[in-house]
Amino acid sequence: MDAISNFLASFPSEFPVLWILVRIVVIVLPLMLAVAYFTYAERKIIGYMQVRLGPNRVGPKGWLQPIADAVKLMFKEIVIPTGANKFLFVLAPMLALGPALAAWAVLPFDDGLVLTDIDAGLLYILALTSVAVYGVIIAGWTSNSKYAFLGAIRSAAQIVSYEIAMGFALVGVLVAAGSLNLSQIVHAQEGGILHWFWLPLLPLFVIYFVSGVAETNRAPFDVAEGESEIVAGFHVEYSGMTFAVFFLAEYANMILVSALTALMFLGGWLSPFQGTFMESWFDWVPGIVWFFLKILIFGFLFLWFRATFPRYRYDQIMRLGWKVFIPITIVWILVVAVAVVYKFPIWFD
Amino acid sequence: MNTLVNYVRSLFLLELFRGMGVTGRYLFRSKFTLEYPEERAPQSPRFRGLHAQRRYPNGEERCIACKLCEATCPALAITIEAAPREDGQRRTTRYDIDLFKCIFCGFCEESCPVDAIVESRIYEYHFENREDAVMTKNKLLALGDRYERQLAADRAAQAAYR
Repeated sequence: MDAISNFLASFPSEFPVLWILVRIVVIVLPLMLAVAYFTYAERKIIGYMQVRLGPNRVGPKGWLQPIADAVKLMFKEIVIPTGANKFLFVLAPMLALGPALAAWAVLPFDDGLVLTDIDAGLLYILALTSVAVYGVIIAGWTSNSKYAFLGAIRSAAQIVSYEIAMGFALVGVLVAAGSLNLSQIVHAQEGGILHWFWLPLLPLFVIYFVSGVAETNRAPFDVAEGESEIVAGFHVEYSGMTFAVFFLAEYANMILVSALTALMFLGGWLSPFQGTFMESWFDWVPGIVWFFLKILIFGFLFLWFRATFPRYRYDQIMRLGWKVFIPITIVWILVVAVAVVYKFPIWFD
Repeated sequence: MNTLVNYVRSLFLLELFRGMGVTGRYLFRSKFTLEYPEERAPQSPRFRGLHAQRRYPNGEERCIACKLCEATCPALAITIEAAPREDGQRRTTRYDIDLFKCIFCGFCEESCPVDAIVESRIYEYHFENREDAVMTKNKLLALGDRYERQLAADRAAQAAYR
């Protein structure tokens, strides 16, 4: 017994690489499961909003549907189009999924519960979410297909435009928090629901989340896929497991954007009742639960948007990004900067 | 002034929130979905499904090979050949309905002077070979025998309107 507990206690220091691997698995496996059931939730919720039931045949209430889908996709053939660059064609979906998973390395799930607590966390996230675009672009180019190419071009232009608004929104956050470290950003929001950054940074909060929706190519910004215009956009030529990986990447990115929004604007793992008389009632709730609840809110919003809004026209997307979001963010960064400099009460004192 | 109002409206995303309000309400509506094998939609006695040929209570087939159905069929799905039977009565030797052609308009049933060809309530069927899609006289009579009670009841229910 002692030998085992000694071994477990010495595990982190004796086998550092193995220990990191274990922690990665602990993050990635539940994430993959969450992605699978996010697809189920999407079909179910959008179904309900369209006054139908959604999948309910595979397993009780359709709970096994994502597993059936996964098994089906795994057994399907991977068709590689003639004239396609095989290496890049297979690489592209992995390039799309990789950053979506890697970004979780710096997300704090609770106070101190983070894989790598780096000080430039926000910068790292910004860099990784930009890399994810290359998966889409490479997929569109190597497919050697018109529709895929059109989708890739649209996606490239769209993501470049919204990256700027997103970046500016993050600048607002780091001005307000005075740090690029995600844990410290959350700590800066300490003090109850009114102290979280969503209120002082409301325009940036909205713009960040909308840009996040655009960045993940979700409805109403899904011109890169645009089923009714260009079939499936960048992934028309993908099938079987390669398609599944693109699918995983899209949903992992959605969860990532939800988590980031929760961390930066809704106080991450902080309890919403902090500082009120109800604080002691909810003391027993671990921070990670609050964090997951907040992720769920934004995840649900993604689905709600998809069930509600028709796709933006391409020029409208560009107009929204360049002529609405960027000016608003710049103005609000100034407002926040002034408020921080003059220590505006309740948030920045 | 109008431009200003429009600016404020779009900046505060008012219309988007209203749209989300609509879908949000629909989320809790009762659903229209009919869970098919367990639940079924109600059927009218006038339902026009798979064809059948009926007999008189004494077992004699009703069809007298008048070929009115063949003549009225807009899809030319019915093929009839007739000849005198041993007892001298005029009967069909061949009565085929090609279900690939049939549009289930119900004109054959309407035109039939002796209520021989009818459309039943059967709507769940499949074929495994192309030739199975042609309903022969034997198949039609077998269906008629099997569902006679339902067929007779439906005709009786509709008698006042025919």
